[in-house]
Amino acid sequence: MDLVLVQIFNGIQYGFLIFLAASGLTLVFGILGVINLAHGSFYMLGAYMALTLTQMTGDVFLAVALGIPLAVAFGAVIEWAFVRHLYARDHLQQVLLTFALILIFNEVQRIGWGSYPHSVPIPSYLSGSIRLTDTLAYPVYRLALTAICAALAAAMFLVIQKTKIGRLIRAGESNREMTELLGFDSRLLYRVVFAAGTALAALAGMLAAPVESVYPGIGERILIISFVVVVIGGIGSIKGAFLGSLVIGVADALGKVFLPNLAGVVVYAMMAAVLVARPGGLFGRMVR
Amino acid sequence: MSLALVADAPAAAARSLLEATAIATCHGRTPCLRDVAFRVGEGETVSLLGRNGMGKTTLLRTLTGLLSGGPTASIRFAGRELSGARPAVISRAGIALVPEGRGIFPNLTVLENLTLPARRGPNGKAEWTLARVLDLFPRLAERRDNWGDQLSGGEQQMLSIGRALMTNPELLMLDEATEGLAPKVRDEIWATIRAVAATGMSIVVVDKNLEDLFDLADRHVVLAKGEIVFEGTTEDLKADPDLVHRWLGV
Repeated sequence: MDLVLVQIFNGIQYGFLIFLAASGLTLVFGILGVINLAHGSFYMLGAYMALTLTQMTGDVFLAVALGIPLAVAFGAVIEWAFVRHLYARDHLQQVLLTFALILIFNEVQRIGWGSYPHSVPIPSYLSGSIRLTDTLAYPVYRLALTAICAALAAAMFLVIQKTKIGRLIRAGESNREMTELLGFDSRLLYRVVFAAGTALAALAGMLAAPVESVYPGIGERILIISFVVVVIGGIGSIKGAFLGSLVIGVADALGKVFLPNLAGVVVYAMMAAVLVARPGGLFGRMVR
Repeated sequence: MSLALVADAPAAAARSLLEATAIATCHGRTPCLRDVAFRVGEGETVSLLGRNGMGKTTLLRTLTGLLSGGPTASIRFAGRELSGARPAVISRAGIALVPEGRGIFPNLTVLENLTLPARRGPNGKAEWTLARVLDLFPRLAERRDNWGDQLSGGEQQMLSIGRALMTNPELLMLDEATEGLAPKVRDEIWATIRAVAATGMSIVVVDKNLEDLFDLADRHVVLAKGEIVFEGTTEDLKADPDLVHRWLGV
């Protein structure tokens, strides 16, 4: 029973992390219309950035504070250099270019950090475990991670529902031309959205670094799971990505306990089931 | 321009707000424009007429920067050259388009649709406020918290016009604003366009309802096969049933 409870906690925490990555992917897909295969690379680069910056500053949260502006700037540069040329092109060309970016970023990673796994230390004030029941203890950092991600998710919903930039993002998703006609430069909007998506993926990578080891393939793993979440939730839907992430996170964690031989296929089986029942995903297309 | 019958409309004496010349453009499947010159005076209401596929929407899309007007084009608006500018820049210069199909954001509420573009006009004027727009369209006030796609066609049209007004434009252009609406709703839309015109706003209207346009517009411009074949007042137009029959199919 304790194991199940721990796995549910782990699943929720993993689900929140996936949400950070998947929300960026779904926004970029829904608003810019670009399939960004390199999204997982931003998660991977975030994790390695956390590694290096933590070595320099001694604290992963200082690393995160330094890393977020770096990730935003990096995303804006990538949008300017590559992605903006894809808006008028078809999905095949988008996939080709962003796949090439994966290869480049992986090579950068190998040159910069090598192929061995690294670990990022948990800050001393969040190390140790909290006793939840007589027999059950849970790591403090993982709880803090869940709380941080939940706060970020809530902030994201607030921004999208209640702020002007949120209204503009929703408007741009449904009708780009009309937002231009009303006086909003969509080039700027797209750059902001892409940079935000990049930063969200990198942030997820940075926050995950202390609980996962940092190794070369982590970007691809999160990319695939993020796509599963986007398909389940509905393209462009933040709510869908949120629900999909938590469902997938928990299903993945519980699958490892109850169906250890099938753990690898549980999430894909769920995706297939959703596609059969609701081909557009749980929450259709539109960001509301 | 051999077909042109350019009459000296009295309204032409008004100071030019928009002066577009030498617009020559061809884009894929949209109708071509051939050396079109188009002007709108301050406070003037101009109707843009012509059958389907003659270039009316193409001209409006060119004036708002969605299509290029070609290398020779000049679009002077309030003393500023806007040819080649992005739609967002042209919008902020004071030209608002209520497009064919209305362009409502379905995933924003009525209130969000209206407040999103709210701003002062290019001269710093803020004549059109949320309160005034809701006053003009009481139906929108009732439906302020509904999503854009929960509105009827007429309500969406009102929202599209109201949203354009929220940018406090100097020139309001309406593309088929009454298309597909019930006669009663259509009359409502015409009444509000007249009310907006009465405030001194410059207006360009594209529509199929000639009788309503005869009533409303100071001047009519007829486009045929990408060229302007007539410019003049309602009297001039009525005096030429041949032209009306030939180019407008009435």
